[in-house]
Amino acid sequence: MSNRKLKDNLTKILIYAASLLTVGVLAWILIYITINGIGEISLEFLTSAPEGESGGGILPIIINTLYIILLTIVISTPIGVFAAIYLVEYAKPGKIVRIIRFATESLAGIPSIIFGLFGYIFFVTVLNLGWSILSGALTLSIMVLPTMVRTTEESLKAVPDAYREGSLGLGASKLRTIRKVVLPSAIPGIVTGIILSIGRIVGESAAVYFTAGMVSRLAKGFLDSGRTLAVHMYLLAKEGISFEKAFATAFVLVVIILLINFSANKIGASLDKTKV
Amino acid sequence: MNKTKLSVKNLNLFYGDFQALKNIDLEVESNKITALIGPSGCGKSTFLKTLNRMNDLVENVKIEGKVSLDGEDIYNNIDVIKLRKRVGMVFQKPNPFPMSIYDNVAYGPRAHGIKRKAKLDEIVETSLKQAAIWDEVKDRLNQNALGLSGGQQQRLCIARALAVNPEVLLMDEPTSALDPIATQKIEELTEELKEKYTIVIVTHSMQQAGRISDNTAFFLLGEVIEFSETAKIFSNPEDKRTEDYITGRFG
Ligand SMILES: Nc1ncnc2c1ncn2[C@@H]1O[C@H](COP(=O)(O)OP(=O)(O)OP(=O)(O)O)[C@@H](O)[C@H]1O
Ligand SMILES: [Mg+2]
Repeated sequence: MSNRKLKDNLTKILIYAASLLTVGVLAWILIYITINGIGEISLEFLTSAPEGESGGGILPIIINTLYIILLTIVISTPIGVFAAIYLVEYAKPGKIVRIIRFATESLAGIPSIIFGLFGYIFFVTVLNLGWSILSGALTLSIMVLPTMVRTTEESLKAVPDAYREGSLGLGASKLRTIRKVVLPSAIPGIVTGIILSIGRIVGESAAVYFTAGMVSRLAKGFLDSGRTLAVHMYLLAKEGISFEKAFATAFVLVVIILLINFSANKIGASLDKTKV
Repeated sequence: MNKTKLSVKNLNLFYGDFQALKNIDLEVESNKITALIGPSGCGKSTFLKTLNRMNDLVENVKIEGKVSLDGEDIYNNIDVIKLRKRVGMVFQKPNPFPMSIYDNVAYGPRAHGIKRKAKLDEIVETSLKQAAIWDEVKDRLNQNALGLSGGQQQRLCIARALAVNPEVLLMDEPTSALDPIATQKIEELTEELKEKYTIVIVTHSMQQAGRISDNTAFFLLGEVIEFSETAKIFSNPEDKRTEDYITGRFG
């Protein structure tokens, strides 16, 4: 075998090994969670409220989680999308853009516990929203904003200028051009941003723990407090209440993430007008 | 004498430090076809875009001089949206929007406030017929325009431009992606259109310029070297460089 061929093969082996490792670890985690969690999963577990120390199920907690996801996305998507539209379509390169960019990048690098503390001080205490779904969602909105802005920005930039020229050349206003041509083409990218954000929201415990509270009942509204699946899991495991239930909760969490990703991808693809 | 539709006086255009157009003087006559010819990169597209202010979109562009439409300076105190409705454009590369064929054509009229379905239907049909593409698409108006062939897309873009009923139509090499039959259709179309519209067309084909245009401007390195009646330019050019280009000795 020539030296070159040897190198080629070695590279291939390394690539395969790396891919195998990545997929393998992921599969291993999923299998591990499934094996340890599935035993506790039952209709009762999924449809009842927690009872006592370690009894009951997680229905209210699933619903709290969905509340928080929904509210966070409803708050952060328009803000993120508008910010990105401003940055890509309106802002002239210069100081303001640099400041906004710096701010979003810094936000992205801050550990989530700091968002939690900030949310606790600002939303829970200063704005007096208390431990509530709303405080949690507002805190998480700030946390996912950089992702939203970034992904939307990228997808707006990927819209060919020829579309903008075509629209403006017909005498359409800039606003109409953005609404009717640019944004629709950017939707798949925006959906990606939403998926990534949901992933972060679902997996977040610290920031939620401090702002949405940890009572285990169903929140009676957006101003009521309630824990999410990630917080529930954390408490179950940390207090050593029930590792089986923690794994079962983890299993439900993973299934929810997979379901959301899957459907968001489907929605994104069906909205993608550039694919014929 | 013939009426002047667009008048360009002493036009200079800079992309940053690079001067793309130099001292251009040119009169576009009403209801005539004016052809712009010249080697690649000489500023034909750039010039065309100054006529409906599409260069405004480019960063760091500086424009000096005067362009007037029916005597009105288009770089001074004018509603750009109204200007672009009056001076429509077909771009060098076909750029249909990622939406249905129908919505592409109806886009302009809708932007200008036409909402009635019957009216839109009528505009869409007439425009597509004018652009010689109706027969090919009439059964699939609701399909995505990106599924059309390159030549069909270009004709769709022509239809889209016609749908807003402009007074002037700027066409940047509209037939460069078309087969001879479609090209012939577009050429016939321009003949018909000039009854109602004023047309400025960029072309790399000398034959095409000769066949369809009334006046021709020869561009070289950002300057208009010669501008006169097409027949004269092709039979008896005044400038040596024009002659060389037309006879294919350079370019
Ligand atoms: N947005 C821009 N920024 C900087 N320079 C540009 C820009 N657009 C065009 N130019 C330059 O201006 C000159 C004229 O370009 P233009 O596109 O008008 O040429 P053209 O005559 O249409 O060429 P072609 O026949 O290849 O289409 C070229 O040198 C080009 O590189
Ligand atoms: Mg060009």
